[in-house]
Amino acid sequence: MKHAFVRAALGAALALALPMAAQAHKMWMVPSATVVSGDDAWVTVDAAVSNDLYYPDHFPAQLDQLVITAPDGSTVQAENENKGKYRSTFDLAVPQKGTYRIALVNQGVFATYELDGQKKRWRGNATDLKAGLPANAKNVEVNEMASRVETFVTQGSPSTGALKPTGKGMELVPVTAPNDLVSGEKATFQLLVDGKPAADVKVVAIDGATRYRNAQDEMDTTTDKDGKFSFTWPAAGMYWVNASADDKKTSTKEAKQRRLGYTATLEVLPQ
Amino acid sequence: MRRLLPFAFCLTVAAPAFAADMKLTVEIPELKVAEYHRPYVAVWIEREDHTVAANLAVWYDVRKKDGEGTKWLKDMRQWWRRTGRDQTMPIDGVSGATRPAGQHQLRFTDGKPPLGTLAPGHYEIVVEAAREVGGHETQRIAFDWPAKASTHLSAKGSAELGQINLDLNP
Repeated sequence: MKHAFVRAALGAALALALPMAAQAHKMWMVPSATVVSGDDAWVTVDAAVSNDLYYPDHFPAQLDQLVITAPDGSTVQAENENKGKYRSTFDLAVPQKGTYRIALVNQGVFATYELDGQKKRWRGNATDLKAGLPANAKNVEVNEMASRVETFVTQGSPSTGALKPTGKGMELVPVTAPNDLVSGEKATFQLLVDGKPAADVKVVAIDGATRYRNAQDEMDTTTDKDGKFSFTWPAAGMYWVNASADDKKTSTKEAKQRRLGYTATLEVLPQ
Repeated sequence: MRRLLPFAFCLTVAAPAFAADMKLTVEIPELKVAEYHRPYVAVWIEREDHTVAANLAVWYDVRKKDGEGTKWLKDMRQWWRRTGRDQTMPIDGVSGATRPAGQHQLRFTDGKPPLGTLAPGHYEIVVEAAREVGGHETQRIAFDWPAKASTHLSAKGSAELGQINLDLNP
């Protein structure tokens, strides 16, 4: 019962985090540090879906979708995972020199349907779709979704071993290292969909301390023909960078549309 | 530093005409704060494109066991970005223990580590201080190398650094 509730609620939260209502809830991960030194370095990470950045006020992130890649390309495990009321937390040892990629990778299908005149929703794996929907469901609409919420931590010099695109869904390829961002300097990244440059996609960046401002102060830009985009950071802070798109490249035959989303938390340090 | 002095001395005796050198004085101010820790300090020379020409000094907590003091090296964030993150600590002849409040004199000689041979050009010497549960400050002094005549340059910090003097000798 509890599980079903959590699933439904997460589905709703995710749907809100995706294009249809991108202005509402935001999904994110925030590490305690993005630049670390010393051989025995650890970071602790908060992961949540919230209204304000970066204050957990709505829903914890699901850590079963956590994929952490070490600088040498290997997958490593988080420790001390905990799911609280409003946020999930975990710790990560970062002994290797280079850049770690910490990602929440969501893939699945999202269905809306009517049952006895009532609107219902269902979210899960594509393979569970048939079993998940009641036989008398009407006006079934199925969407595929692929979203990725990421952050990065670097021990020593930045490296790119962990940042190789997987070729699935929307991904970010850094031109500027994601843990080498300084206020007043321009940073450039490339956005990919299924491993190919994603042109003409709107990308927004929001300085995290929204609770202490009256406006979102959202910066936006659009990717060029190579999928590249740049931001010049106006101030130091934790920035929430987000892009989303829809296409028809579904792998589930019931789904007509695919919703893609990418979010990164990037720390910009003072000069 | 102590180890470098005999070199400097030898050079002044053996080849005074070629011993271009620089004397740097870094003041760590006395601070009246509830919780005081000695600052981590880094001193380096940057070329005009901000690449590092020489890493001159890094003072950090070397006494903590298991090299735990290296955990806070990143707090000297400009030094860390420019050169620190590429280094293996300790750095021979460069790194050492944190120092107390007061004036600290450093002397560097052309052709000798850690200064090495600096190509003629325009540089900045950068002094960066970061203090645990305290502040962070960076001061820069621009200079031309080699100096044509004895030159005195200075900067004054306002929080974590005090008076900084750079004396260049041709």
